[in-house]
Amino acid sequence: MSAPTPDLDLFLDIRGVHKRFGDNVVLAGIDLAVPRGSVITVLGKSGTGKSVFLKCLAGIVRPDAGEICFDGHALNASNAAARAEFRRRCSYLFQGNALLDSLTALENVALPLEQTTQIPNREIRERSLEALRQLDLDKHRDRYPSQLSGGMQKRLALARAIVTRPELVLFDEPTAGLDPIRRNHVFEMIVKYQRQFGFTAVLVTHDLPEALVASDQVALLDAGRMQFQGTPEAFRLSENPMVCAFRDSSHALRDTVAALRRGETVTTEEEL
Amino acid sequence: MIRVTGQNTLRMVQELGDFALFSSRAFTAAVGSRKIGRRIVRAIYEQGVRCVPVIVIVGLFTGLVLGLQGFYVLNRFGSEGLLGTLVSLTLVRELAPVLAALMLVGQAGSALAAELGIQRNSEQIDALETMGASTHAYLISPRFIAALLVFPIQTAVFSLVGLFGGYLSGSVLLNLQSGVYWSAVYNAVQPEDVLECFTKAAVFGLLTIAICAYNGFNAHRRRGSTGARAVSASTTRAVVLSSIVVLAADYIITSLLVHKP
Repeated sequence: MSAPTPDLDLFLDIRGVHKRFGDNVVLAGIDLAVPRGSVITVLGKSGTGKSVFLKCLAGIVRPDAGEICFDGHALNASNAAARAEFRRRCSYLFQGNALLDSLTALENVALPLEQTTQIPNREIRERSLEALRQLDLDKHRDRYPSQLSGGMQKRLALARAIVTRPELVLFDEPTAGLDPIRRNHVFEMIVKYQRQFGFTAVLVTHDLPEALVASDQVALLDAGRMQFQGTPEAFRLSENPMVCAFRDSSHALRDTVAALRRGETVTTEEEL
Repeated sequence: MIRVTGQNTLRMVQELGDFALFSSRAFTAAVGSRKIGRRIVRAIYEQGVRCVPVIVIVGLFTGLVLGLQGFYVLNRFGSEGLLGTLVSLTLVRELAPVLAALMLVGQAGSALAAELGIQRNSEQIDALETMGASTHAYLISPRFIAALLVFPIQTAVFSLVGLFGGYLSGSVLLNLQSGVYWSAVYNAVQPEDVLECFTKAAVFGLLTIAICAYNGFNAHRRRGSTGARAVSASTTRAVVLSSIVVLAADYIITSLLVHKP
């Protein structure tokens, strides 16, 4: 695995994170270094534990072993103050958006400010409206999430994630279920707001082309470990077999389909 | 077999501990929670106002049946004049708190367990946790406070409607003098009976909401079921457990508060 240079200002430092569910080992010693102000994308096939990894970071799932350091402070069960500080400075964008369906768009965006700060109500409203305006949702502020399209819900979730002006945003499959145009739009939004607000972003996705364009660094999660971490350029040039398999999957598909059309017998990876 | 029994016992003890922590946290988290008043009002509407039609209908029919049965039983001994006593004490001491609580389990309790289960399933509760909000203060505390405020009132409504039902069947249908009926009611019900009624209502209300909220909130922890099935299983469990616990608590409270002659 390509490691980042040691003199980097690490905002998140993850070492040896393990997680298992019964006999199923999902994370078998994850190491990841996240420099401050960067966009880092964790790539991997479906079911490799990317979301579990992100939930371990967010504290939704408790790792069995390992250490997660946030801005120099270890996050663990005994360090409640560090965990609370982490939550105050971090936002999480869920794969399914996790919007509260009984609240309007405006109420959803205002919720983290209402529940976690002592900001006056008027300022909460102004900041929430501003976040909605930035994401072109101000006309839909009184609608409920179920009355919004999938893309709008994603933007609403992003508005809720940035309204607290977080220093770290965790994105869990932010483009899942979106068409290519909206997928590009979401990545554009992430990069745009990352530049605007300067937060550090950790994304998990399997959208390779977009991730390589939008990220400062990429990492590949497979077989419970980070098999690669480096720049998108290094990823493109890497000869790591797992990186090659993931990176060249579209070529592999093209070859397989061509062989099947020629009437040849092909054994897929799943069958193997 | 011994191992399985031991494991089940340990699991039960652990769950009881979790439940106690969950319930106590729901009370303590309410202190200082922002905009909790608005959420309490909403919970009062859901647990109280929306349940009023059911409470009125069940209360009326309970009173009607009590009046009818009571009249013919008392008639055998020539004591129809005691119909008001029978209906009022049966309702106030026993049937109103228990039946109102069971109606509440069926309507507000099941809805609460299902709502929380779905919120857990769709990661809404996780979202609250990751943003640093107190899930107990936001989701659970308002329901507890609303239960404390609303259940005694609902039980009182049930009792009053039930007494009116007894009057309808006893006096209007079976020609017992209305003055005899109402004066028996007036003389029979003592302040300690009303206190017993409200004590039971408050305890049943809290138990119902706590059990239903606990099961819905922890729908994801149910072994052997996930997704929609976990929500349905936790809702069923919440309703069954609440009903049993209400009846068991009724026996315990009655045995503690019963007025010996």
